[in-house]
Amino acid sequence: MQSKKIYLDNNATTPCDPRVIEAMLPYFFEHPGNAASRSHPFGWEAEDAVDKARKQIADLIHADDKEIIFTSGATESDNLALKGVFEMYSRKGNHIITATTEHKAVLDSCKALEKKGAEVTYLKVAEDGRINLEELEAAIKPSTILVSIMWANNETGVIQPVAEIGKICAKHGILFMSDATQVVGKIPVNPREMGIHLMAFTSHKMYGPKGIGALYVSRKDPRVKVTAQIDGGGHERGMRSGTLNVPGIVGFGAAAEIASKEMIQDAERLSKLRDKLEQGFKERLEEVYVNGSTEYRMPHVTNISFKHVEGEGLMMTFNQKIALSSGSACTSASLEPSYVLVALGLGDDLAHSSLRFSLGRFTTEEEIDQTLDAISAGVNHMRDLSPIWEMYKDGVDLNSVSWSAH
Amino acid sequence: MAYSEKVLEHFKNPRNVGTMDKDDINVGTGLVGAPECGDVMRLQIKVNPETNTIEDAKFKTFGCGSAIASSSLATEWLKGKNIDEAMKIDNMDIVEELALPPVKIHCSVLAEDAIKSAIKDYQIKNGKLNLVAETHS
Repeated sequence: MQSKKIYLDNNATTPCDPRVIEAMLPYFFEHPGNAASRSHPFGWEAEDAVDKARKQIADLIHADDKEIIFTSGATESDNLALKGVFEMYSRKGNHIITATTEHKAVLDSCKALEKKGAEVTYLKVAEDGRINLEELEAAIKPSTILVSIMWANNETGVIQPVAEIGKICAKHGILFMSDATQVVGKIPVNPREMGIHLMAFTSHKMYGPKGIGALYVSRKDPRVKVTAQIDGGGHERGMRSGTLNVPGIVGFGAAAEIASKEMIQDAERLSKLRDKLEQGFKERLEEVYVNGSTEYRMPHVTNISFKHVEGEGLMMTFNQKIALSSGSACTSASLEPSYVLVALGLGDDLAHSSLRFSLGRFTTEEEIDQTLDAISAGVNHMRDLSPIWEMYKDGVDLNSVSWSAH
Repeated sequence: MAYSEKVLEHFKNPRNVGTMDKDDINVGTGLVGAPECGDVMRLQIKVNPETNTIEDAKFKTFGCGSAIASSSLATEWLKGKNIDEAMKIDNMDIVEELALPPVKIHCSVLAEDAIKSAIKDYQIKNGKLNLVAETHS
């Protein structure tokens, strides 16, 4: 039992639910059609399957099925939303507002747009990981066309005040785009109610297959359009060409339907396991910090710093058995720790000491118990080896030491 | 993230972990790196003043597996060497022995720095180093 691997990296990707795989299988051989083939039964079957899935996905987010544009994943959806809006609405202005803790798919799209003449404001976040609404409103100017703020952060699980952001955007007549990759299928989501006009999300974070995602594009009040970034056969109402990934879409749809039925009970169960994990570490170890808001956050995620322990080294004590992510980026050439954690105001040392636990539908309580044991032992091992832990225990003020930065 | 067998071995069974009395005249202490950079190494040597030989070496390291393995290996190599021999330990020897990938070479550099820093501390304490115009931070 101890040798079984434990997967706590569900924010990176989720396993595909077996029920989803079962739904997909007929669409590889039995029903091989191209959904755009309008002249024969193979095409019709594929089109029917896509229509059904589109409805399942639209139902999950309380949208109209015509508001779902299929893409290859959330990265493409983010690119399409930002670049597509920038091109489509260039006559109205060139200013975009986003935040420093956004996913790279948003930040790097913004950087690419800056080279094409966009002006981008990057809002800072408070210690709890949330943006300041007054700062957002103050950043708006006549040339502002889009606000892009994620629903929940991938590293911390912190949820942004999307409803309030939506109200501010509506008041100023600005489009609101939200990357909801970590949210859709995990907790109830209704973009229209939140005043969101464009919303990126993906199948493989909600127990569906990889390689298929969607962009929600509001069709009424207001009717939003984005300029296509991939040209071709004019699929997806001209916003995203390319033969539809029928098995992927069927799987995405099945995953959405399962999520509609099960996400609330999943969320309740996982938030209890998440709390147990946090409590367990706090009881067993000193100097344990939960990063980001504990009030506004996703039920299945916790980001924890174990002070005076380096995250990557710590992971080596258990990574043959437990899979998760570290905020330390010791392997990268830059040696920079997570920019998200640094944006929360964590010192680089605490950012290097962090682990992200992201639980999922298939996480069991027994796995959480094993994780508590293994990681507590790992932290103790690393602290026994750590000179700064020793200095801390001896009462040395670590800020008074003149370190030789390298 | 694929670590060599030797790195894993040193990581799981680090040699010579511990702390010496830094005020002992025969002990040299090197503390290099910074918590913000994700690596701090403290390496200590105990020198026999009669023979100028390193009789014991200890380390503690905050860092990734390669940093821990590099400092563990350094303490193994230091024991029994005299100061002149110890000064000749090159970071590339550590890279080779542990098969460190390019992104981890800085760990070996830090270990070499720690060795030199510990020796220097010993020499300063014992008046064996001319400190004129010496500035180090």
